[in-house]
Amino acid sequence: MQINKLQVEAIRSGSVIDHIPANIGFKLLSLFRFTETEKRITIGLNLPSKKLGKKDIIKIENTFLSDDQINQLAIYSPYATVNYINEYNLVEKIFPTLPETINRILICPNSNCVSNHNFITSSFIFKKDKFENIHLKCQYCEKEFSKNIVLSYQ
Amino acid sequence: MRNSLYKKSIISINDLKRKELELVLNKSFSLKKKPEPNLLKNKIIASCFFEASTRTRLSFETAIYRLGATMVGFSDGNNISLKKKGETLADTISVISSYVDGIIIRHPQEGSARLAVEFSNKIPIFNAGDGANQHPTQTLLDLFTIQETQNRLTHLNIAMVGDLKYGRTVHSLTQALAKFNNNKFFFISPDALIMPNHINDMLDKKEIYWKRYKNIEEVISEIDILYMTRIQKERLDSTEYTNEKSKFVLHTQTLKNARDNLKILHPLPRIDEIDRDVDNTPYAWYFKQAANGIYARQAILSLVLIEQHS
Ligand SMILES: [Zn+2]
Repeated sequence: MQINKLQVEAIRSGSVIDHIPANIGFKLLSLFRFTETEKRITIGLNLPSKKLGKKDIIKIENTFLSDDQINQLAIYSPYATVNYINEYNLVEKIFPTLPETINRILICPNSNCVSNHNFITSSFIFKKDKFENIHLKCQYCEKEFSKNIVLSYQ
Repeated sequence: MRNSLYKKSIISINDLKRKELELVLNKSFSLKKKPEPNLLKNKIIASCFFEASTRTRLSFETAIYRLGATMVGFSDGNNISLKKKGETLADTISVISSYVDGIIIRHPQEGSARLAVEFSNKIPIFNAGDGANQHPTQTLLDLFTIQETQNRLTHLNIAMVGDLKYGRTVHSLTQALAKFNNNKFFFISPDALIMPNHINDMLDKKEIYWKRYKNIEEVISEIDILYMTRIQKERLDSTEYTNEKSKFVLHTQTLKNARDNLKILHPLPRIDEIDRDVDNTPYAWYFKQAANGIYARQAILSLVLIEQHS
């Protein structure tokens, strides 16, 4: 924390998303649509990290993440932590965990899936294969995709 | 006796437990033996075919009339005002659900039946095929036919031939038969059209025997059920199609070493993957299989729409 404070300005109140793998920070900014808000955002890219070697960090003032956003974080950057800050103090630390299902956020790569045609929510369940690879199964078309295929489809 | 399918939507064969499959099969048998022409006398069922599928539609509609129910609906989504007015599937289902007791839906998009459930205000949905995804009543009639011809759904050797990659009937049937003990699967297809990994993984997880074979001759003396499917030309490149196709065509001489109890099934329509001469052998069962669709559909409709069954 000491090093980060020096490298990225501290915030009075809001969220600090830490331990984002390097190069994912920008992706999260757009996914979370943070760039569309008026909130003050500080980002640090390629900061030194004991855990990851290099990491990105995002600080957003006066904003707390929704459960959906935290789930999303778990998919894109499994080691991220979310720190809630109040009056410069850490009030809560959240370790996102991979949810069993994920709704709304992702798009089904099956172009003939009804979820791509009716302005509805998408819904995936997480599955692990025998090699521990993560797969996502669309609850509508019942097709399974490897995690990376779904993520790169956004 | 109260049945667990009452008011349940029938979307995917994966949603049905073994006990529920057995319930449908028992009801199919009893309806085949003893028709109940007034069972659904006061029910109105919507038959909503957003894409044409004459065979499935007529089978469902016959099942409806055989149970004394009334039918409303449409048979070709392209020519209905809903489509022309650009109404969404969700709104269509929401409106129709206020008219009827059950909705049969056929739709070209995968997952549409599952979506319909969310907008049907608890009126049960019957999936009559959603794109390349599920067609649960086809699987139920397949199971019914297998049970009828073999007197069991366990300890069977089942060969599946043809397009195992895109063929939804073989996927669903494998998933359903995997719920019963000690069945073995023999998969025979061109390299480009092998069974998808998620099906093989499911079998592995349940420690169920499955193996790929090159041609039907290799397995013919060991199998009880030969489930044939069509290979569509556009799935293979043209030289591969000409080279490969003949290996997956069934002729009478292929049946030389067949077991007496062997039955050949096919979801129909067939093109040329089963030689017409085979029709005259005692093994050919695909037309009787299609006829069984009426009973399986009657069974599912009545179990979902009526709570008590004698
Ligand atoms: Zn899908």
